[in-house]
Amino acid sequence: MQTKRAMILVSNDPESIRLGADDLVKSLNDALAAYELQDEVDVSTIGDVGRADILPLVIVYPEATVYGPVKAGDARYLVEEHLYKGRVATDLLAPPKQLSGHIGWLRTRKGYNPAEQRVVLERAGRIDPDDIEDYIAHSGYEALGKAVTEMTPMQVIETVEKSGLQGRGGAGFPAGRKWRFVRGAEGDKKYVICNADESEPGTFKDRVVMEGDPHQVLEALAIAAYAIGADEGFIYIRGEYGVAYQRLEKAIRQAEEFGFLGNNIFGTDFNFHLHIHAGAGAYVCGEETALIESLEGKRGEPRTRPPYPTTNGLWNKPTLVNNVETLSNVPAILRNGPEWYKAIGTPSSPGTKVYTIMGNINFSGVIEVPMGITLREVINIYAKGMKPGSTFKMAQTGGASGSIIPAALQDTPMDFESFRKAGVSLGSGALLICDQNVCIVDLVKVLLQFFRFESCGKCTPCRIGTQRSYEIVERITQGQGQLEELDKLLEMAAEMERASNCGLGQTASAPVRDMLKHFRTEVEAHIRLGICPTGVCPMVVEEEAAPA
Amino acid sequence: MTAPSTERDIPALVRAAIEKHGAKRDALIPILSEVNLALGYIPGEAFKEVRKQLHDPTEGVFVAESQLHALASFYDMLATKPRGEHVIKFCENAPCHVVGGKAVWDTLREKLSLKNGETTPDGKWTLVTTSCIGLCSVGPVVLVDEDLYGNVTPEQIGDILGRYE
Repeated sequence: MQTKRAMILVSNDPESIRLGADDLVKSLNDALAAYELQDEVDVSTIGDVGRADILPLVIVYPEATVYGPVKAGDARYLVEEHLYKGRVATDLLAPPKQLSGHIGWLRTRKGYNPAEQRVVLERAGRIDPDDIEDYIAHSGYEALGKAVTEMTPMQVIETVEKSGLQGRGGAGFPAGRKWRFVRGAEGDKKYVICNADESEPGTFKDRVVMEGDPHQVLEALAIAAYAIGADEGFIYIRGEYGVAYQRLEKAIRQAEEFGFLGNNIFGTDFNFHLHIHAGAGAYVCGEETALIESLEGKRGEPRTRPPYPTTNGLWNKPTLVNNVETLSNVPAILRNGPEWYKAIGTPSSPGTKVYTIMGNINFSGVIEVPMGITLREVINIYAKGMKPGSTFKMAQTGGASGSIIPAALQDTPMDFESFRKAGVSLGSGALLICDQNVCIVDLVKVLLQFFRFESCGKCTPCRIGTQRSYEIVERITQGQGQLEELDKLLEMAAEMERASNCGLGQTASAPVRDMLKHFRTEVEAHIRLGICPTGVCPMVVEEEAAPA
Repeated sequence: MTAPSTERDIPALVRAAIEKHGAKRDALIPILSEVNLALGYIPGEAFKEVRKQLHDPTEGVFVAESQLHALASFYDMLATKPRGEHVIKFCENAPCHVVGGKAVWDTLREKLSLKNGETTPDGKWTLVTTSCIGLCSVGPVVLVDEDLYGNVTPEQIGDILGRYE
């Protein structure tokens, strides 16, 4: 039997037949014949698929794209788009299942997981990342063209300001304001840098953006350069991301060929040259001044601030540093306008957020949802619930430097303001969901192990603080903990927050604080009773208890 | 993957790396990465060679050997000691940890009789931990050279190692 490259399944339950499934099968076969695809593609039927709202339904394999309802008259279009041209026939895609229950601020769009809303990841997975023409066919470089031919740099900055876009690297600083600072800084030579040093453990959203839609990052950087008055830019990508590096490198070459990068972009006198630079494995280089040091070919040790990079950045010139996800929002904002963007998410935190979800849940991966969704909604809807036998105990947000969220805060809307009010941090967008079998002390030990390894050692509070905190917590897991040392931990946390030179040291104590704030009983059980309630900690001194 | 440095023409390797990334101070990390990739580590001779070829006061490029060592010791992906024929990297971060990473790590150490950072006496295996490689949805994750293994259980370790016999 000849191998077929694709298979079309058409629903043929009684309801589908009543709605014209038989005619649809015939039309699909005719359309395949018209494109001479009859030998490459099979048409078959399936029974009830439990989606009465979208019958007749068509599933195209191997991609398993679900279309519905599909009429006989749509057959030719569907065959032409999906099987002849090889792209998803977006307007025929089945809508997501209707959700019961209240999901805040959701505007569902077709084709994705329940009620996902994609801005940053709009094209990822749907276009060929190695093909600039595919990007252009999906509104690519439209925003750049609009910016350089129809708008002044100040108008671009005002648009970004009006949209309310906040930095997605963790701090949530208003992006437009940062752009304005760099625009206003003195000097003729300025730089833009895309911070793609995504090193927070558990965060891989930027990798997915760069691998799936590299041109979007390039377009956004060119827009930013135009707005702030830069003619040169860098993408600083962590050394571990080989595939993303290659895709971006290829994308830059293509964009140069097409005149979207280089000299006289869109026939104007705007020039922009973009370089890509790979890191070599250092968490601290995600901090913007450390990143700049590393770009200059030095050890990635953060600078003392002020002055900030907005006035004294790369080679001491005014420099804009933005995260991949932050930048990737910009083209859509320029295309659709700031009002469109503000309508997504919450009033204080507009837009979407890309999360990586993982841990003791049924679905791990990347989701993009409006700001303001709650943790409970993420777990129950997007993560498809906790694993069988698991109940929610806590979530670790935003990689190592985020917060540990106890069950009591599960219904807090996830946006910058609500989280700030609740005393927790959204971080970089990683959500590590832990069940009742995860020991808080063991988890914090792992996080501190990370910090003591990654501390660059330049300033004392961080270098010594991460090491001493680790030692105390490790002793607790070995049954050697003492109650007085818990106070010592909090004292050190306060000093590290106050006196550390950069964000690494300032946030390294967050897990310790959260542990003692929300799970003190469990910690004290280790010390007072000499038991680990979850049975995870060894409670004796082992030869090599942890990777060191 | 690691060829002994004596078999390689280090001056030519360094020259090619400089040509690719530019003879300037800010290209030091890519240049060292290139050497590291080709040899599996950066031998002392390579540091000397990079300095020799790059340091050029007349062009305003100042490079000291100590600076190169400072870089190599700072960045985790740059190694200064030879590594085994196969390098096993284990992700030790929290996302892999909560889905069973510790048991995988213990099995790896036990099977190879290695601690973190060590190489077996026969030069076959090096065991190291790695920073998060962003594959958390399939944790625990183990990398052997460039091969990725996800959803690893302690029972699979024997099989995985066996593929490299």
